[in-house]
Amino acid sequence: MSPEVHGLGHAIKRKEDPRFLQGKGTYVDDIKLPGMLYLDIVRSPYAHAKILSINTEKALKIPGVLAVITGKDLDKYGLAWMPTLMSDRQMVLPIDTVKYQAQEVAAVIATSRYAAADGVAAVEVEYEPLPVVVDPFKALEPGAPKVREDKESNHIWHWEVGDKAATERAFQEADVVVKQDIYIPRIHVASIETCGCVASWDPIEGKLTLWMTTQAPHAIRTVVALVAGHLGLAEHNIRVISPDIGGGFGGKVPVYPGYVLAVAASVLTGKPVKWIEDRSENLQADSFARDYHITAELAAKRDGTLTAVRVKTIADHGYTDAAANPSKFPAGLFHICTGSYDFKNAFVEVDGVYTNKPPGGIAYRCSFRVTEAVFTIERMADLMAHELGMDPAEFRLKNFIRPEQFPYRSALGWEYDSGNYAAALRKAMDMIGYEELRREQAEKRARGELMGIGISSFTEIVGAGPSHTFDILGLKMFDSCEIRIHPTGKAIARFGTKSQGQGHETTYAQIIAEELGIPPEDIRVEEGDTDTAPYGLGTYASRSTPTAGAAGAMAARKIRDKARKIAAHLLEAAEEDLVWERGKFYVRGSPDRAKTIQEIAFAAYTNHPPGMEAGLEAVSYYDPPNLTYPFGSYICVVDIDRGTGQVKVRRFVAVDDCGVRINPMIVEGQIHGGLTMGLAPALMEEIQYDADGNIYGGTFMDYLLPTAVETPKWETGETVTPSPHHPIGAKGVGESATVGAPAAIANAVVDALWHLGVRHIDIPITPPKVWAILKEKGVALEE
Amino acid sequence: MSMHHIRLTVNGVPREADVEARLLLVHFIREDLNLTGTHIGCDTTSCGACTVILNGKPVKSCTVFAVQADGGTLMTVEGLAQNGKLHPIQEGFWEKHGLQCGFCTPGMMMTAYAFLQKNPNPTEDDIRWAISGNLCRCTGYVNIVKAIQYAAEKMRA
Repeated sequence: MSPEVHGLGHAIKRKEDPRFLQGKGTYVDDIKLPGMLYLDIVRSPYAHAKILSINTEKALKIPGVLAVITGKDLDKYGLAWMPTLMSDRQMVLPIDTVKYQAQEVAAVIATSRYAAADGVAAVEVEYEPLPVVVDPFKALEPGAPKVREDKESNHIWHWEVGDKAATERAFQEADVVVKQDIYIPRIHVASIETCGCVASWDPIEGKLTLWMTTQAPHAIRTVVALVAGHLGLAEHNIRVISPDIGGGFGGKVPVYPGYVLAVAASVLTGKPVKWIEDRSENLQADSFARDYHITAELAAKRDGTLTAVRVKTIADHGYTDAAANPSKFPAGLFHICTGSYDFKNAFVEVDGVYTNKPPGGIAYRCSFRVTEAVFTIERMADLMAHELGMDPAEFRLKNFIRPEQFPYRSALGWEYDSGNYAAALRKAMDMIGYEELRREQAEKRARGELMGIGISSFTEIVGAGPSHTFDILGLKMFDSCEIRIHPTGKAIARFGTKSQGQGHETTYAQIIAEELGIPPEDIRVEEGDTDTAPYGLGTYASRSTPTAGAAGAMAARKIRDKARKIAAHLLEAAEEDLVWERGKFYVRGSPDRAKTIQEIAFAAYTNHPPGMEAGLEAVSYYDPPNLTYPFGSYICVVDIDRGTGQVKVRRFVAVDDCGVRINPMIVEGQIHGGLTMGLAPALMEEIQYDADGNIYGGTFMDYLLPTAVETPKWETGETVTPSPHHPIGAKGVGESATVGAPAAIANAVVDALWHLGVRHIDIPITPPKVWAILKEKGVALEE
Repeated sequence: MSMHHIRLTVNGVPREADVEARLLLVHFIREDLNLTGTHIGCDTTSCGACTVILNGKPVKSCTVFAVQADGGTLMTVEGLAQNGKLHPIQEGFWEKHGLQCGFCTPGMMMTAYAFLQKNPNPTEDDIRWAISGNLCRCTGYVNIVKAIQYAAEKMRA
């Protein structure tokens, strides 16, 4: 704790809030440039169809409509297709066929938003529908409709990890085996701000400025340079600005066709062009998360010791593999699915499949496929505990990796940095009054009431990542910070990440405050402008604090090293005789002989030592030595209404361990939000398609986000197990709760119904699903 | 498309403009008046990001035509702070960490503003129902509820 400078551990109010509170944030749609044009998109009503013709004649007659761009127009410039992060390719606009409903077909450029929409309505497209496949299992059958003409089949890739033979032996030798099919449905992040951009091409300077809803502005700049390099767009002439972002959660990592179209339209017209999605476009066409069809098995001894885990998964990627994963990991970090348990044997295989749906494979507020992994192991752990007749808490405590085993090498190759899983679970059990709840449950069950208690003891893997293993398109997944201390002791710090609500302007300032003793209010934090910020890979996968936050601490330490030399000069003392106390150096044994960081900063520009360069600044590109492994234990209590099938979350206790907490208020806020985005897919959210590929849930009328009424009053607790390799011991927290919560809720529901013979219910656990089960089991209350 | 001349008071200032009949109030506010604090989050009147106060009532301005505001009194998020001093609702959201990305925040605060006029001493349940037409994806609502409780207490004092 550092009361004088509000460094680590202080719940200070956020520096970024005054502008948001007064309506003065600058989101992409707030940007208005002179002469700006508007772009709107014609979309396909069919999930698979041949485009016979596109007639733009009527559209071009509408006042204000200037041009209509089609795939054939883009093809002349080699821009009809663009590469995806996973070495596949994605259409900007189709030349001949569309592959999913709501796919972009043409772009209308007009002088106003309304004229552009009129233009869209007037473009006439003639389609010839083609056979559709939306089920990935059917897509793998012989004779299934082929989604991609340019590929051999609908099978994209096979990926496996672990010791298959040893795992097979462990299953043969097991006393008890449980097996379960688990579907983790397709869902959408649905940040309240949709995606969009303003592209402004300056033909005189030859420079493109792109304001864009992106979580990774630097990587976007490089991608634009690589994709449009052949048209003369070079990286030094591309400026990507990610202004205030209204939520990201992974949905603002990909490059969507609309961005590319706006750039093309700006180059074509020589004017700034704005493209902003409607909500329905956002929900129907932007990349989706999850869509994993999992078969999981666990093996254990009769005494409850887990011995092996085996997981087979069909991954539905839609019509292209546009997943946002590090290059070497087609299934992301799904092989964290050994979870918090000491498994000696594990084997995982995943097959990617094409279907007539929009791209899948992005995150939904989680590190790459970590929610899928955690849901699987935590659901299965509960299943095994129940099967063995053991209490799920006792079962977990028996199988946890023990504190003295860290750093722990998992059977699938990860090195967990630190953890104390039993401590977190015991704390959660104390907070919620676990034993008492079990007694209450028994009493209620005797009366026929349905109450369940669910546990999830998750381990995450975040903070990608070490350069030896982690890259995106070859770009190593370091992150960066540049700090400049001004003569008056104030500072500006710029980072390679981009906050979308996480509070970086405050958190990063507190890290630097801790390291340099300069108060957060004297430190301006900037991100998101590629012309000014150092190169970084951006904000997703809970990587900002583990990577850029670490870079902030390391850059500050470089500054402190120089400050020591300046202080020695000013105090006429030897460097080794100086003692650092937050915010000042003093001579050992003479605390009065001291120079503050502010005095040192002034001297750096006015009285620096002979032979030393003036100034006080540093940059750090931080390559993390390992990932970080946040963990926690969640316990959920549900009551099920036998009259309606409604699941009510009565209580939910979340004990999180994200290592050292920088701003406890912000950390808790992240957990609240994450829990709500864990509740959402557990009970409400799913994007479904009919057999023809028509989307259900393409607006907020059908795709239900939790409101304040469905959301319980979250109860939070903490343990602190620092990361041993992170400069300040922090691990990252933005996604833990989204990852950990769904299994706790699903486990609670199954726990409530286990005695009726229920073993699993796929999420979202909606009232109709539960009602059907209650009826089948003869316990529904009917008038 | 027919054009109409409208006059209204916006955050205490008289404004007038010629607008198309079909122009949505939210676009009028954002693009004609350049008051970009009011946001657009959906096109189905579901999310509440565009909530403003029209003639004393909270409305979702994506589902009101600008011409319907003719002769009326409009208040947006930019009208909350007075003489450089934050309104207790804004203060509450800041103190209680009731916002993260800030995108839903203006609409959420305007809904809270109208609600607290009607119900100055609400229960937690009252607050949760009052903001159930405003979606927030970041906060999990717990701190928004606390922010509105803070504001209610301060406004009663």
